[in-house]
Amino acid sequence: MKAIEPWVAGPLNTFVAESSARLTLLMTLSGQVVAQHGFAGALDLMSAAALGAGIVASSSELARQMGWRPFRVLVHQGQRQGHFLAWFETPRGPWIGLVVFGGETTLGIVQLFFEQMVEELAAAAPREAPKREVLAENFERELNASLRALFGR
Amino acid sequence: MSVDYVAVVDALTRVRGVHGAMVVAGQDGVVVAESLMEGVKGRALAALAGSLAKRVEGITRAAAGQAPHFIHLEGEDGALLVAAGAGDLLLVILAGREVPIGLARLETLRAAERLA
Repeated sequence: MKAIEPWVAGPLNTFVAESSARLTLLMTLSGQVVAQHGFAGALDLMSAAALGAGIVASSSELARQMGWRPFRVLVHQGQRQGHFLAWFETPRGPWIGLVVFGGETTLGIVQLFFEQMVEELAAAAPREAPKREVLAENFERELNASLRALFGR
Repeated sequence: MSVDYVAVVDALTRVRGVHGAMVVAGQDGVVVAESLMEGVKGRALAALAGSLAKRVEGITRAAAGQAPHFIHLEGEDGALLVAAGAGDLLLVILAGREVPIGLARLETLRAAERLA
């Protein structure tokens, strides 16, 4: 498990241990990765983050077109694995969670401990967000620093 | 003819000491129908009972080559009964200490037959 912000690690570790999720990804609505568990490569991680954020954006728009509030949870259930995608509020703004799980657990368990993680994240989040200005010239350095934090290299 | 799941769980909660009854999709651990006393967390109960049933099934299949028909957990504060229904469905009963356990088991098995 790797997290860019250390306070995320505790709740995410608990979630992974309790839910038996194979892969977990926490990101912002724009697809910026906050923490991950189980991803081996940066390319897979970034693709999953972009796709997850895109699905949340498009499903929210779909709900808006129907005059509904945005969908909170999307589940893809396959023969061998399932995908659970949900967005939730945090003191740092809305985040997205993407969870890939297999036959060793169930959707109900993933959902139950995901909700617990959301509560723990809300409680663990520092009240003041660090002020960071991301400038164009810093972008690559910031990106590389994030990838190092997420993959430990 | 389709089964009235709500009627099945409602009937079970009329047994003295039964705090809640649910029909759960076993593979997913999600609620199909429920009749619960206030304060009982249905989604958590469904998820954990589904997970328990899945694990017990793994053990009994490995040991005896077949899935369990009925699971009975008893603790100091009450009992959890899980009976297999049709296909993937599970009937989950949460009962307090005061429940006449023999009657609860009997009614659970009868209700599970109605799900079949």
